[in-house]
Amino acid sequence: MSQHLTSLVDRLTAKFPGNDTIKVSVDLVEIHIAPEELLSAATLLRDDPELAFVQLSDLCGVDYATYGEAEWSTETNSQASFSRAVDSKSIGRLSFGSGMSLPETSRPRFASVMHLLSLDHNVRLRVVCSANDDELPVVPSVTNIWACADWYERESFDLFGILYDGHNDLRRILTDYGFTGHPFRKDFPLIGNVEMRYDPVKGRVVYEPVTIEPRVLVPRVIRDDSRYISGDSPESDNA
Amino acid sequence: MHEIRNYTLNFGPQHPAAHGVLRLVLEMDGEVVERADPHIGLLHRGTEKLAESKPYNQTIGYMDRLDYVSTMVNEHGYVLAIEKLLGVEVPERAQYIRVMFDEITRILNHLMWLGAHGLDVGAMSMFLYCFREREDLMDCYEAVSGARLHATYYRPGGVSRDLPDTMPQYEESRWRSKANASKLNEARDGSMLDFIEDFCNRFPALVDEYETLLTDNRIWKQRTVGIGIVSPERALQLGFTGAMLRGSGVEWDLRKKQPYEVYDRMNFDIPVGTNGDCYDRYLVRMEEMRQSNSIIQQCITWLRDNPGPVLTEDHKVAPPRRGEMKGDMEALIHHFKLFTEGFCLPPGEAYAAVEHPKGEFGCYLISDGANKPYRLKVRAPGFAHMAAMDEMARGHMLSDVVAIIGTQDIVFGEVDR
Repeated sequence: MSQHLTSLVDRLTAKFPGNDTIKVSVDLVEIHIAPEELLSAATLLRDDPELAFVQLSDLCGVDYATYGEAEWSTETNSQASFSRAVDSKSIGRLSFGSGMSLPETSRPRFASVMHLLSLDHNVRLRVVCSANDDELPVVPSVTNIWACADWYERESFDLFGILYDGHNDLRRILTDYGFTGHPFRKDFPLIGNVEMRYDPVKGRVVYEPVTIEPRVLVPRVIRDDSRYISGDSPESDNA
Repeated sequence: MHEIRNYTLNFGPQHPAAHGVLRLVLEMDGEVVERADPHIGLLHRGTEKLAESKPYNQTIGYMDRLDYVSTMVNEHGYVLAIEKLLGVEVPERAQYIRVMFDEITRILNHLMWLGAHGLDVGAMSMFLYCFREREDLMDCYEAVSGARLHATYYRPGGVSRDLPDTMPQYEESRWRSKANASKLNEARDGSMLDFIEDFCNRFPALVDEYETLLTDNRIWKQRTVGIGIVSPERALQLGFTGAMLRGSGVEWDLRKKQPYEVYDRMNFDIPVGTNGDCYDRYLVRMEEMRQSNSIIQQCITWLRDNPGPVLTEDHKVAPPRRGEMKGDMEALIHHFKLFTEGFCLPPGEAYAAVEHPKGEFGCYLISDGANKPYRLKVRAPGFAHMAAMDEMARGHMLSDVVAIIGTQDIVFGEVDR
């Protein structure tokens, strides 16, 4: 399997000279491609017989805004043991109208991640395309290269607000008609903003601010587990 | 002379053939579909966002509710993604149990598909036949997990418990005589494996029975042959997987090509269609049921001879046994930490795909080292199939749309997530 992957890494390195992001990530090869080069790169990935990624398995948006942020610091021994877990801010605790200040990072916030499959070579590839602008994330559409990208891009636009340049029909797909906001962004509250019910007086469905209280039962914790620091598998430490 | 113009037809979301909550806006030229625009999302629950706010183990139950007719395979995709990042070793017996239940689930799913597809197209009795057998298999679910549909049986590192020695029994009641109950209980006296073995011995004859009703049935063929044809090249372009891809003649099955668990030790064939129409996909799925049956039998033989652990002994991931906790402080602490905080995954990204009864079910998991996923993307096979609705239905009659929805084997739990 790993031989399979290193041979793909070699082929990709030959096809994309100057791209130093090609690496093996857990069990498949990952490559980062800038939005400006995505279309030509995608065409090459599909049409080159040495690559032949004829199928797009999956395309999704990712919001890296709070990557690596924990609600509960485990670095220091806190005196305020209980409140440190309930006072923090995260999507699960956001309520209606309360904003959330996102941490400052240099990393691009939005990325469009594709999983490609080559049936000829029986190998998968992950293509990450990060949008340059966090405020107005734009990524080229690959609908002309893989037809099934159509709905995946609509979904990513709907949930993350990533715009796909060149998409013919970039409508919302999963959320309600007339929905505002992009629900899978990290600053969108988990409980949502509005709830709906049937109003018998008005004779129609009405939207109102949510009434449920946000709650988080288990705080988000990042443990620097010694088993994972060196990249060793857990077995080697247990032995 | 009247002016003839196209009109728009709303198909669903409450049409019985819309398989749940599909709203299909059809632009019709008389009886012929000019354009189909599926409106999905009426069952969108934000499973992926919910997963971000919960420890890993608490999301297993949500996976059941994606494709709610093949629940255990959904769990399988999810726990595989976790296991990949965690690098945890799954005991061999658990791998066999998973394969066995994957195949039981495949039969369950295909029976549901066959019943509903038949019913949509007018073969009323199929539904009753199929549900008769589903009952037995759901009893297996119940015996092993306590739930008939939403099992939550797979865990990172194995399965939640070993196969039981007894099967639930039918009881005498006002509606069921004692003689009837004991007749139903005949196969249930032994262990669960005995019961499944009995089922596997009966099942091929039952598939023959379904085929007698449909395969050469003139009406069935008129409704399915030549309907919704997809060429192999187009099927790949459209992201088809599973029986939808194999029906078009592409020999691609993750169980063979990228084997996970112990599928590489199993002996089975991949059925492939030739024409890529609804009838070929029907034949492919019928044969898949027979193949699944044979895989289950192979698993039973192995499982009988090889008792052993079914959950990893790494107590950072799986809880220790109750007995250990009574006397061992370490075990108690592990249990407490596991159920109050869960376990943390090393930072990284993993994509795990399994051959779901409907196609490729993939879980893309991003971890930043926390006890909750940073992002979980579920690649549902039905989503890509539904997206091809327009292309498959164009130029067909309205009644063929029903046959196409049926052949796609759509379940909205997974399409909408």
